[in-house]
Amino acid sequence: MSSSTYVQLVDLAKHFGKVRALDGLSLDIAQGELVALLGPSGCGKTTALRALAGLQELDRGQLIVDGKDVTFQNANKRGMGMVFQAYSLFPHMTARENVEYGLKLKAHKTAGDKRKARSAELLELVGLSTHANHFPHQLSGGQQQRVALARALAISPKVLLLDEPLSALDAKVRTQLREEIRRIQIELGTTTLFVTHDQEEALSIADRVGVMRNGQLEQIAAPSELYDRPKTSFVAEFVGLTNPISGKVSGGSIEILGSVVKTLPGSVTSGTGIALIRPESIDVVASKSGNAKVAAASFLGASCRLNITMNDGAKVTAQLPSSDAAGIGAGATVSVSLLDMPVFVKAAG
Amino acid sequence: MKRTWGVRIWRWSIIAVVGAYLLVPLYAMFDFSTKPFGFQDKGRTFRAWQIIPSQQDLMISIARSLITAGIVMSLILFLIVPTAIWVHLKLPLLRRPFELLCLLPLAIPAIVIVVGIAPLYRWISIHLTESPITLSGVYSMLILPYTYRSLSAALDAVDIHTLAEAARTLGANTSRVIFGIIMPTIKTGIVNGSFIAIALVMGEFTISNILNYKTFQVVIAQIGRTNGNVAVAVSLASILFVLVLLLAIPTKKRRSAVLDVDLV
Ligand SMILES: Nc1ncnc2c1ncn2[C@@H]1O[C@H](COP(=O)(O)OP(=O)(O)O)[C@@H](O)[C@H]1O
Ligand SMILES: [Mg+2]
Repeated sequence: MSSSTYVQLVDLAKHFGKVRALDGLSLDIAQGELVALLGPSGCGKTTALRALAGLQELDRGQLIVDGKDVTFQNANKRGMGMVFQAYSLFPHMTARENVEYGLKLKAHKTAGDKRKARSAELLELVGLSTHANHFPHQLSGGQQQRVALARALAISPKVLLLDEPLSALDAKVRTQLREEIRRIQIELGTTTLFVTHDQEEALSIADRVGVMRNGQLEQIAAPSELYDRPKTSFVAEFVGLTNPISGKVSGGSIEILGSVVKTLPGSVTSGTGIALIRPESIDVVASKSGNAKVAAASFLGASCRLNITMNDGAKVTAQLPSSDAAGIGAGATVSVSLLDMPVFVKAAG
Repeated sequence: MKRTWGVRIWRWSIIAVVGAYLLVPLYAMFDFSTKPFGFQDKGRTFRAWQIIPSQQDLMISIARSLITAGIVMSLILFLIVPTAIWVHLKLPLLRRPFELLCLLPLAIPAIVIVVGIAPLYRWISIHLTESPITLSGVYSMLILPYTYRSLSAALDAVDIHTLAEAARTLGANTSRVIFGIIMPTIKTGIVNGSFIAIALVMGEFTISNILNYKTFQVVIAQIGRTNGNVAVAVSLASILFVLVLLLAIPTKKRRSAVLDVDLV
């Protein structure tokens, strides 16, 4: 890992008045990797990204890109490509002129013919060849962000920085465009830092996802690892849905819903704890002598979500493949058990 | 149906009243300027208009006032606009004070300003030059309220922070950001502000008269003392000139649409 480390954020700190936007954030990114920074609004994601771009001064910390310390380098010399949350195309320039803009400046000066070829190639890459001569106000939101992506990539940036580029778009365009961003990123091999507050977005597109909280990195791991083996209750609860169910912890296991399952490192080690159970870890079988009743069932396509009331009054949400849920509807009596997956257990109360 | 007729009549009568209010004086000026004013005139004459080009003083003063307006324009472009952009971009705390400062010339009567700057201009005319072009200094102060307002409105209509940051990450330095990105974006605001400024410079009388500079309006007043018809003809011509200028301000054409970019 460290041998191929390309970008290093070391112990970054920045405060605005009393707000600590960054509070000792450290992060390594490998060459060609796409890392997503995920966290609730206000946790410092944008500040971290802007610091790496050179748009935000820091109180403390160090930024290293490609072996060089760039902490005090000006934004216009850093060669970072940035796509902003707000629409940021230059309104008096066409899509093509926007893409070519960086290539006309001293830092990335490119001769006329090459520049034309490059902008054509990039507009092609983002699927907007036919819109090259459109002005921004003639483009939809999604198209504008595509042009912004092409513009950022035109300068062959050392790192591509994306600050919630999809948050202003509607759901369908959002999923489509995020897949395209990933395709283009892999095709060009551009090291990328992608900031979002949408966990589905982060998990679906990134090589690794870093969860941020209060200006610090809580955990960074591959999406599946983050989902299955959260290191803190914050990560467990922020990434994906969880059912909080209390039980007795002892010897690295917890007893809940009649089963005993292993606890993850970082969990409570003794006494009563609250296990954070994924809906997919709960197994539901129709059974006359079951320990629970289905309150509501919603069909989600490939899977089915069941809101269940246990006989002792506890409420849990389970999600299982639609084929397994056939015949289980609202009002059905079911028996609920746990799949054998390690769970995170937080302190009770 | 009846109501729409009522609305229509109402609307047209308002337009008629306002139109008459604006046009009757202009017509009166035209009427006066074509009245006979010499023994050789019989009935209507355009002699007052024909004489205009032969008035040496007048022509020189027009040229000077235009040059002054040109200087004021370039001061707007290279000093006031970049300053306004800078304040909006980098010094948000200074926005209020800056705005107040720019509004001051409206609050202070021209005559008070003259009293204040008279010594300065006396010094200038003794030690440097007597040219009325030096008035561009005080004029660029007088036009601030109008110019700054229209710039400020244009700057607020666009997310200039994000545009500036986007340009910086692409490699633009500060002057490129201001002149290459933000100024073209607020072009309409700049053009509007400049035209209003030109109209103001061409029409200014109080200050130049008291400071004894022969600007366009001062010369018109002088001519008026010897030949009313010519003076009125020139005034009418200058009003029409400024009117054309103001009408030329682009309203909703092609590129001016940049200000309507929706940021949603
Ligand atoms: N320029 C600024 N001035 C004052 N406070 C700021 C500024 N930028 C960010 N903040 C504060 O810093 C915190 C982190 O902001 P930000 O990095 O934008 O969060 P995120 O992008 O994760 O939503 C927030 O509480 C925000 O209000
Ligand atoms: Mg943000």
